[in-house]
Amino acid sequence: MTRVHVTCTINGDPAEFLCDGGQTLLDALRDEVGLTGVKEGCGTGDCGACSVMMDGRLLCSCLVLAAEAEGSDVSTVEGMASGDELHPLQQCFLEGAALQCGICTPGFLVAAEALLERNPDPTETEVRYALAGNLCRCTGYDKIVRSVMAAARSINAGAGSGH
Amino acid sequence: MRYESPTTVAEAVELLGSEPHARVYAGATDLIPQIRSGRPEPTVMVDLKHIDRLCAITSTAAGFTVGAAAPTADICADGALAAEFPGLVEASGLIGSDQIQNRSSWGGNLANASPAADTPPSLVANCARAVIAGPDGERTVLAAEVATGPGRTSLTPGEFIVEFELDRPPARTADAYLRLTPRTEMDIAVVGAAVRISLDAQGRVADAAVALGAVAPTVVRVADAEAALIGREPAGDALAAVEAAAAAAADPIDDKRGTVAYRRQVAGVLARRAVATAAERAAEPQRGDRP
Repeated sequence: MTRVHVTCTINGDPAEFLCDGGQTLLDALRDEVGLTGVKEGCGTGDCGACSVMMDGRLLCSCLVLAAEAEGSDVSTVEGMASGDELHPLQQCFLEGAALQCGICTPGFLVAAEALLERNPDPTETEVRYALAGNLCRCTGYDKIVRSVMAAARSINAGAGSGH
Repeated sequence: MRYESPTTVAEAVELLGSEPHARVYAGATDLIPQIRSGRPEPTVMVDLKHIDRLCAITSTAAGFTVGAAAPTADICADGALAAEFPGLVEASGLIGSDQIQNRSSWGGNLANASPAADTPPSLVANCARAVIAGPDGERTVLAAEVATGPGRTSLTPGEFIVEFELDRPPARTADAYLRLTPRTEMDIAVVGAAVRISLDAQGRVADAAVALGAVAPTVVRVADAEAALIGREPAGDALAAVEAAAAAAADPIDDKRGTVAYRRQVAGVLARRAVATAAERAAEPQRGDRP
């Protein structure tokens, strides 16, 4: 079967990969591109572990065909840190112990980043609604929610002082 | 499986007609899980999201035209649409998570034909029309005529919904949608109730549409509830009549989300509350007389 050649941007860099027509973006990112930060939880769009951004929209990559990524701009958890410096969300997740097994973490980080981009100062309720599409079976969510709010404060404090 | 992304309706029609196992691909939030669960894999996926008409939300002199694949996130972000159709937009925002909102659409929600879908009752209550394209050209039907049963529609092979048309509501008119789910988010309706109310200058009901979801194979219009409202103030006995009529019109199944008796009772309660909310909105000053 002819494989599909996809050219796109991934985490800011030009990228290309070959995929099968029926392959999901989740599987192509993991198996063809080698970005294993994106996780498969349910495979049906319920758990959010496979969350990525595509053309500025937060998506479950398990519900997207990889061929659809042609010409698009994809970002994953691998693109969040700048070199050795973690993104404030990653730093706050570490400091706040917002993970145990870690499978859900990349999805939470990507979804939380999407939230803070459109709402830099969310209330706890807004954080909980925005992350309702991401499931965690370890933490009970409180540490995740608190860490997202801490990251928002950190980013907002840094915005004025050259963080 | 092949993936195609036509940019015109005509190209999409041709692609869908070219192979017996071609499938429409839009948000795919139901389609991909269906394939994973063992439904036959299509030979070609025809992605409709590169066709401008399928994703556009346009305000016209007559009302709104909303692309069948327009993400519900975009629908919820459209202030003009929400001002005129608050209930329909609320229903749109109830579908799944933010991740799903970026993919889910009215076209998919209607054509997937789940009895518990959130937007079809509101589309029906607002008398939305679906523009359907196929091998014989385009035709326009009421959204109420698209779903014919669980997972079944009146679309013929090769047809797809292009867009929805909504007429501008008359003065003193508004809609509301309420649903009951065991959780506050990420759940499927046990019962949904969509209502649209038009008031006359004296505050009596001039026109009413009451539509229930998740209590029958397809959306149920409750004619007795509508008749009980016309010419009366939306309060007291009229609301009690709505509740009784909606409970009587519900014909639900028993399943893990609710029993028949529970769903009937909830259908009545939600219909009554949705009438009250729609009527309050219809009385808001900004919905006053239009020239």
